[in-house]
Amino acid sequence: MALIDTINPLLTTGWSKGDAGWSLKDYESRGGYAQLKRILASKMSQDDVIAEVKKSALRGRGGAGFPAGLKWSFMPKAAAEKYVVCNTDEGEPGTFKDRDLLRYDPHSTIEGMIIAAYAVGAKRGYNYIHGEIFDIYQRFEEALDQARAAGYLGERILGSDFSFDLFAHHGWGAYICGEETGLLESIEGKKGQPRYKPPFPANFGLYGKPTTINNTETFAAIPFIMGMGGEAYLNLGKPNNGGTKLFSVSGHVNRPGNYEVPMGTPFAKLLEMAGGMRGGRKLKAVIPGGSSAPVLPADVMMECTMDYDSIAKAGSMLGSGAVIVMDETVCMVKALERLSYFYFEESCGQCTPCREGSGWLYRVVHRIEHGQGRPEDLDLLNRVTDNMMGKTICALADAAAFPVRSFIKHFKSEFEYHIEHKKCLVSPEVQRAGSGFFRASSAAGAA
Amino acid sequence: MLEIEIDGKTLQVADGSTVIEAAHQLGTYIPHFCYHKKLSIAANCRMCLVQVEKAPKPMPACATLVTNGMKVFTHSDLAVKAQKGVMEFLLINHPLDCPICDQGGECQLQDLAVGYGESASKYEEEKRVVPDKDLGPLVSTDMTRCINCTRCIRFTAEIAGFMELGQSFRGEHAEVMPFIGKTVDTELSGNIIDLCPVGALTSKPFRFSARTWELSRRRSVSPHDGLGSNLIVQTKNDRVMRVLPLEREEINECWLTDKERFSYLGLNSAERLTRPMVKQGGAWKEVDWNVALDYASHALRDVAKTHGGAAIGGLLSPHATLEEMYLAQKLLRGLGSENIDFRLRQSDFSADGKRTGTPWLGMKIADIGRLESVLIVGSFLRKDHPLIAQRLRQSAKRGAQISVLHSADDDLLIKLAARAIAAPSQLPAVLAQIVKATCQLKGVAADAALAGIAVSAEAQAIAQSLVAGKDGGKNSGILLGNFAQQHPQAATLHALGRQLASALGGSFGFLGEAANSVGGYVAKAVPGAAGMNAAAMLKDPRQAYVVLAAEPELDCADGAQALVSLTKAAAVVVLSPFKSQAMLDYAAVLLPVSPFSETSGTFVNTEGRVQSFYAAAKPQGEARPAWKVLRVLGNLLDVAGFEFNSSEDVRAEALGGQPDFVSGLDNGIDAVALNLTASVHGLERVADVPIHFADSLVRRAPALQQARDSAAPTARMNAATLAKLGLVSGDKTRVGAGGTAILAAELDAGLPDGVVRVAAAHADTVALGAMSAILSVEKA
Repeated sequence: MALIDTINPLLTTGWSKGDAGWSLKDYESRGGYAQLKRILASKMSQDDVIAEVKKSALRGRGGAGFPAGLKWSFMPKAAAEKYVVCNTDEGEPGTFKDRDLLRYDPHSTIEGMIIAAYAVGAKRGYNYIHGEIFDIYQRFEEALDQARAAGYLGERILGSDFSFDLFAHHGWGAYICGEETGLLESIEGKKGQPRYKPPFPANFGLYGKPTTINNTETFAAIPFIMGMGGEAYLNLGKPNNGGTKLFSVSGHVNRPGNYEVPMGTPFAKLLEMAGGMRGGRKLKAVIPGGSSAPVLPADVMMECTMDYDSIAKAGSMLGSGAVIVMDETVCMVKALERLSYFYFEESCGQCTPCREGSGWLYRVVHRIEHGQGRPEDLDLLNRVTDNMMGKTICALADAAAFPVRSFIKHFKSEFEYHIEHKKCLVSPEVQRAGSGFFRASSAAGAA
Repeated sequence: MLEIEIDGKTLQVADGSTVIEAAHQLGTYIPHFCYHKKLSIAANCRMCLVQVEKAPKPMPACATLVTNGMKVFTHSDLAVKAQKGVMEFLLINHPLDCPICDQGGECQLQDLAVGYGESASKYEEEKRVVPDKDLGPLVSTDMTRCINCTRCIRFTAEIAGFMELGQSFRGEHAEVMPFIGKTVDTELSGNIIDLCPVGALTSKPFRFSARTWELSRRRSVSPHDGLGSNLIVQTKNDRVMRVLPLEREEINECWLTDKERFSYLGLNSAERLTRPMVKQGGAWKEVDWNVALDYASHALRDVAKTHGGAAIGGLLSPHATLEEMYLAQKLLRGLGSENIDFRLRQSDFSADGKRTGTPWLGMKIADIGRLESVLIVGSFLRKDHPLIAQRLRQSAKRGAQISVLHSADDDLLIKLAARAIAAPSQLPAVLAQIVKATCQLKGVAADAALAGIAVSAEAQAIAQSLVAGKDGGKNSGILLGNFAQQHPQAATLHALGRQLASALGGSFGFLGEAANSVGGYVAKAVPGAAGMNAAAMLKDPRQAYVVLAAEPELDCADGAQALVSLTKAAAVVVLSPFKSQAMLDYAAVLLPVSPFSETSGTFVNTEGRVQSFYAAAKPQGEARPAWKVLRVLGNLLDVAGFEFNSSEDVRAEALGGQPDFVSGLDNGIDAVALNLTASVHGLERVADVPIHFADSLVRRAPALQQARDSAAPTARMNAATLAKLGLVSGDKTRVGAGGTAILAAELDAGLPDGVVRVAAAHADTVALGAMSAILSVEKA
């Protein structure tokens, strides 16, 4: 099943037919490519397109939340060679929205990219798709073929003066290639390593040319914004947090999946849509925006609404909208150990603080989890994260540090218990009971 | 200009400057590892983090551009905390065993750890171990020490021109490595040793042989190619232990070629001649200096008396010092001989007497990089002049149009605008086409001799690249390489090159083959009007020869001929730092003289710069500086004007003072008849002088002889020539021209048809005679 539930479906309107509704004619029957046609037929000015996107207060859906219209307006007008790049390198643990967007409705992203290319004056675009979802890459290629055959891509699109072609490019699974400049390096055939900024991609992007790079969901929202108008889109959400957003809810809920809700929807409502806590257990903590976002304890989270500003005020980030829900059976030390291992493995190794620090963090957390913690370890972890944050080319060092700091901050007693008693505060039986895997396998064993 | 304040001090810097450059202008040191002024900015080590006013986070000084009114604090609490934090990270996985590390005492990490590191590590986890890599015979690795600054990687990609090193794997597993199963083979590889800020890359030959603080340092000048790279020669107990570059932006920048860096190993060769020797009754005998000098002076005097001075020939190495060459020619002229030459590999001397001055580069070395268009004629540029190739590589990246006319299409690792590859006999004709096409493009009249020739597409493309610059080619350079200077029609190439440059309004010059290719002319080490040049005095054997620091069988244009003539001679007096079997066969007396490291002297480099140096070590054994030996020989032979007390006296006389640049530099040539017709039948030999065989010192450096550039000579041909001869790559062939050599055939797609490339200056190919011979090739 494609989608569990939604309020005000926009991005997910095409998802209801599951795998049967992704093709070009389905998209067209839902009003797809009408906006592209309207823009081209009416010879809408580039500035007007950008103004409409600015009005919508659409903020980047990849994690950083940078206003999309503003980003587009940074593109130099005069440059002859420009690119539009879509970031579908969805590698953040907990995030799985872009995958479904391209699976169930690839054409909204394609149309969004064509409109973006029109607005910034690009003639060529790439969609960089995560290497571990190869079937999605293949579907996107099929969708591109359909769009090309229908004249939405290529030379003189729909008889206008505007030409644009779009290509799919798949990565090989490196998390760092989701960082926009690392992604550009990877498209260029180099090792995926973030570039020092400035210059930003709008000035020095793909192959050194001005480049607009946005997340899949950002592009997918463009046709809807152009359809209903920027103002109407903004009003779906709340000021400065326009429109709807996809949330990938995972963890200990009854119905994990993608949910499209207006910005500003209370977390409690989202949790309810996801079927509430599994087994009626108590909510312990939530990572509201993908694994690199600081964890929030249940009571703080229950007060939040799902938008950039509210989550930031609570001390975390809306990020990519990956909501990881943890109930009382979770050992926070073990959870952190897993997260730290991820960042240790995925650091590109370029900057000293991240290359060396991510391994240090993981090893210390690993020791604590395995009963070899020392009382001074928590201070050490905080000190190491201090030396990592804000000291590197990209934000991966921060991403590795945030979980460590927030887990220790909010669940310090659990860490102290681990260190003192060489074991977990949450007993192994409780942990096992909370794990679907162990339940299933013990049932199988009993049979 | 932008104004910036660093630690309270204000200064003006150029637009586009980085904070670290501004700080260096002020003399403020900002700790760093990955930053290097000659390499692209990586900003990965994070050691140079500084506080910038209004920036929330510390900023890397190497990558942060100065903005007007910027205030930077390099020692504020925020900056120092960031720097110390980075240092801690750098050290957690670095082996803290400086006492057993070869870099100890000259390690940037060690030095900075004193200022920014803690006295004890808080890291108690497992440390990283990284497998070592085999980078070849010159660079040793200890990869666990690597801090992944990527300087070596950027050097191979940006300076050497081919990314032979890269970083594989991610994060903590990241490793710097060459391509799988490959070594680092660039002729500039040793520079990565200097660039490595830690002990990960060290000198393989020098490794563990001395500590840096035990070494004495002397400035010196490279005795190899015409560039005259500045050296720091490091010695211990009067033995040269290591050679490093002395930074001279206008000459070698901060680089050295591997040849210059590692040739010192030859100084300690077992073949060093350390005692005077005379041949008596066919047997060699070590004797005292006075006996040997007596013997030599008598031998020369006897020949001069009996047969006249013209019966003596002088073959002087172009790698000898100015003083040595000056005294040698003075001695020979004192004996009545005008048969003196240092241009041993030259074969066409028809320009002699027509030159209007001393041939030279035609510009300053530093100006090469400012040319907008350059044509290189007849040069194995990357191997003959690696650092000039490097300069052109950088200027090509800035948009300069570099083109090549040559008989082999070796990859220069330079982006070429155009190229013409032709058999040696065709080079004058193709150059003439380029001249004609350029004259047409510039609308100037071409030499009447060029009227009948048709311009090929390649020549046209080169002409177009030459006029492409801002002023239609005014800022262009035509440079003749070693191959062009050794060419049988060198004078024609010279004249055509001049014509081309004058049509363009650009510069024209020669890439000096050897350390004293200009100095030889200045020292008058060339034949007088009645004298014989290097080729003539070997072709028409003399009764006696004086050989200075050369091995004629390897250093002359026709080694086989040299051997015959020397063997025939009644007396051959050899002054050499080395002895060889060939020498023992033909010489009558061997006088051990100092190599460059053990004597004071002067090299005049290809741009005419006078560079003097002192001895870095005492002479080995009984060897003595050649200028002293020649001075005593002059006295013994009663030649007037030999009362020199120092090499400085000799230099003063040779140069008429103490100039920074020699006078009389001029590439002009009076009307020579252009010789454009080629009537060659048979396979033409293209002879390169492999980089590690070019002179007697480098031939004796064991580590260099193990490098890939020192592979045994082969008979290289293109596919068509191989097919025509019924050969396949790898076949054993008998190559003949006079004598024969058994060589493996090898495919070289970059050669023109009807050409066989066989390296010269190698024992295996001496028998083939002239570098420009017609060869026969058959399956052996």
